[in-house]
Amino acid sequence: MERKIRVLVAKPGLDGHDRGAKIVARALRDAGMEVIYTGLHQTAEMIVEAAIQEDVDVLGLSLLSGAHMTLFVDVTRLLKKKGMNDVLVIGGGIIPKEDVPKLKKEGICGVFGPGTPCEEIVDFIKKNVKK
Amino acid sequence: MFDKKELEKIKKEKDKWEKESYLETINKQPERKEKFENLSSNEIKNLYTPLDISNLNYIKDIGFPGDYPFLRGVYPSLHRGRIWTMRQFAGFGSAEETNQRYKYLLEHGETGLSVAFDYPTLYGYDTDHPMSRGEFGKCGVAVSSLEDMEILFKDIPIDKVTTSMTINGPAAIVWGFYIANAENRGISKEVIGGTIQNDILKEYIAQKSYIFPPEPSMRLIIDTFEYGTKYVPRWNTISISGYHIREAGSTAVQELAFTVGDGIEYVKWAIKRGLKVDDFAPRLSFFFNAHNDLFEEIAKYRAARRIWAKELKKIGAKNPRSLLMRFHTQTAGCSLTAQQPEINIVRVTIQALAAVIGGTQSLHTNSMDEALALPSEKAVRIALRTQQIIAEESGVIDTIDPLGGSYYIEWLTDEMEEQTYKYWDRVEKLGGVLSAIEKGFYQREIANSAYKYQKEIDDNKRTIVGVNNYQTDEPVDIPILKMDEKGEERQINRLKKLRKNRDNNKVKRSLSNLRKVAEGDENMIPYIIDCVHSYATLGETCQVLRDVFGEYDEIAIY
Amino acid sequence: MNDLTSKILNGDPRSIARLITLTENNDPQAPKIMKNIHPYTGKAHVIGITGVMGSGKSTLICELTREYRKQGKKVGIIAIDPTSPFSGGALLGDRVRMTDLAMDKGVFIRSMGTRGMLGGLASAVYDVVEILDASGKDIVMVETVGVGQAEVDVIKIADTTLVVVVPGLGDYIQTLKAGIMEIADIYVVNKADRPGMQQTVAEVQNLVDISCSDKDRKTPVFTTVAKENKGIKELVDEINKHILFLKKTKQFEDKRRLRYEAELVEIIRKRLMNLIFDEKKLEDTIERLLDQISRKEVDPYTAAEEILGKILK
Repeated sequence: MERKIRVLVAKPGLDGHDRGAKIVARALRDAGMEVIYTGLHQTAEMIVEAAIQEDVDVLGLSLLSGAHMTLFVDVTRLLKKKGMNDVLVIGGGIIPKEDVPKLKKEGICGVFGPGTPCEEIVDFIKKNVKK
Repeated sequence: MFDKKELEKIKKEKDKWEKESYLETINKQPERKEKFENLSSNEIKNLYTPLDISNLNYIKDIGFPGDYPFLRGVYPSLHRGRIWTMRQFAGFGSAEETNQRYKYLLEHGETGLSVAFDYPTLYGYDTDHPMSRGEFGKCGVAVSSLEDMEILFKDIPIDKVTTSMTINGPAAIVWGFYIANAENRGISKEVIGGTIQNDILKEYIAQKSYIFPPEPSMRLIIDTFEYGTKYVPRWNTISISGYHIREAGSTAVQELAFTVGDGIEYVKWAIKRGLKVDDFAPRLSFFFNAHNDLFEEIAKYRAARRIWAKELKKIGAKNPRSLLMRFHTQTAGCSLTAQQPEINIVRVTIQALAAVIGGTQSLHTNSMDEALALPSEKAVRIALRTQQIIAEESGVIDTIDPLGGSYYIEWLTDEMEEQTYKYWDRVEKLGGVLSAIEKGFYQREIANSAYKYQKEIDDNKRTIVGVNNYQTDEPVDIPILKMDEKGEERQINRLKKLRKNRDNNKVKRSLSNLRKVAEGDENMIPYIIDCVHSYATLGETCQVLRDVFGEYDEIAIY
Repeated sequence: MNDLTSKILNGDPRSIARLITLTENNDPQAPKIMKNIHPYTGKAHVIGITGVMGSGKSTLICELTREYRKQGKKVGIIAIDPTSPFSGGALLGDRVRMTDLAMDKGVFIRSMGTRGMLGGLASAVYDVVEILDASGKDIVMVETVGVGQAEVDVIKIADTTLVVVVPGLGDYIQTLKAGIMEIADIYVVNKADRPGMQQTVAEVQNLVDISCSDKDRKTPVFTTVAKENKGIKELVDEINKHILFLKKTKQFEDKRRLRYEAELVEIIRKRLMNLIFDEKKLEDTIERLLDQISRKEVDPYTAAEEILGKILK
């Protein structure tokens, strides 16, 4: 029986730029994944609760407002607290290169900035998804 | 515009050219693409001739700058008379830091101010609200109270320079801060000039920084029209925007159609309220994107002016100032690349050229580093210099509408106008603008265009230099803006002090009065300004409106 | 695994979600746990909600859930969206329309793709209903893909089936005389503030009059404006009335029996398909037979008999 990769695409905080998140959602669908988009203005609690109920393999966080060091980290810490250790967390948006190592330390396994081809994200997920 | 006999001769010669010289050449070396399409998926031919615009009448369809239908420009002397306003959108961190940036920009030759607010401010939250966590000052300046506004404009001559503020949901309140600050400095609201973006329709469609549902939001906007017309006559109470629609992924035609369509909707609502179109229309302004396709953008601006003039005339406007569309332009943020950021300077130059040749009244040029962070001083200076070089060295503004009469440009202008009306038909069939928004029409169109564009890039059908072609491994080496880490703490302390030291009875009273008026149907602006004068914060004032109007939750279309 | 079972019975969301995934993926660990929890099922009222795209099903479900929560009921929602036959992927877009329920601990929402199954449901949906039931949900709502005449499988699983339409569908209702318009226990005309509401109600009422002339319950037609919470309480009352009606007239047992039959068929179908096509044992046989069919040496019926013969032995 085919096993599908389930992905939650989330927009934490107040950032309203959803062009990228929507494009990535479609691209992942076209690559055979089941994609759930949270919509805007999500708190870490809302995102993690959705990730739990949907038992996702991948959580993609999209942020263009610069608040990633706070908001992405809120999410990964809460995931850890809830024992969701096998979710592949990736991020995208406007994230300066110098913040990437810090984010990786906090559990964001891949950061995909402007200009990333969708194919690259798909390949990364397929290669790194746990279970 | 052309003699019939002459046109027949041209047709004969063109057919001959196509069958002979042209065919011979492309048989030896085929054209680079099978079909040349612009960003709006319009097919672009190899050549445009009088045959493509044979039905145009110069006087009726093209005309003269400053005269109906304003195709060639809104003023008779346009940039020969006065160069467009160089107005760089700026704001980050705390009011003190941004105040410094404004002084820097004015020193380096910008001629108008433009305020970028941070997300909490855009959503009407004070810096210390739980929803503001992590967002302070990140993409704009934090303004939570009149005090912040005072600091923001300290030592800046707001009686001499105009200010544009990109604020929508809480626009009326932030406008209140600006007006109150001016009044406190002895500058009458009769003389202050500027703009508030205040365009909620495009928030629902694209930018998404809405707060309240459509009806009360429209009511607030019409309140600002009414108040502005009476008391703040030099202020543009709205900047009807296409910039964000384009940034969300729309095509140029969609940007044109949706934006001008929004404009008409505001006019209709204002008339429904009982306002006279010739009273408020002269103070409506627009805001467009300037993307990479030089000629398409120029045609877009021209088409926008002509459509607006025609439609306002249809609605019954008689004052010529109601018919002329003034607009601000910003170069396309979404076209900037994080790869080889220096080359963004080139993109911005092309885009700025389009805006200027297209007749813009005011222009913001992006900085090269904006795909990475907010602009550094050096980067924003280069962006400003770009405008100055175009103004002083290129000669493009020494004549008005230099591309007028170009067979290509006139054809493309007509084409885009026609396609706009086709979009409006579809919106009509869906029950009008608000109904179409509710049905997700605009959002779907935009998401589809965005996806199509990305796919073209991913499939290598469209080249983005430095991204999918002409790449380099060289690490990016440009200074990135660093903000004051203590800024947020300072702001929160300032707020605490403010709430303690102000006359809290006055605050309570003014907020209570606002609530009563919000529940009724009086114009809310004077009451908002009272709240502002009492030093009620942005969040406190907004909360009253949230309580009365509720909050809007969009249903995401993707 | 007993640990997982007891966690599920206690309503732990993570465990519920994990078991759902196991059943969706046909994981060999799933049957044992499903057997463990089955004795605890049967209490939940299963409500199926179907209707065309744009009828506001998700908003309606959101409001119904809010009302049930006010009445102290725990709710599970299964939102099914079509899986693309080309890419095999799916945009599961119903959850995003129910963000208001996001933080309510008494609500569990799971999005599912049809994964190739026709009829409007997903293959694992019977399992998911049982899991939510066993975990203590009083109400389980199944939102299906409901575009036309083929998406009627919801009646196999639901105690109460709601068919949602909107004003202005007009001709569409006429063309749907068979299929989706026959299966309703309750009709809902949502977005009733839109023009054409009266006409739509009349058309649906007409259909009801014709098809219910010999039945002991006339299918009611309700109007709602879900996004303004109008008509919701009345609708919930009717849904509650319906299950009482079913229980009173013994139709409840009949419906449940139909559901178990469908569930049994689905389990057997999946097992068989898995045995034949997913396990490696028959791979060579199938390849060989397909080659022979392509060369016209063997017909498909004979081939099937050979395969079935091998596994039924």
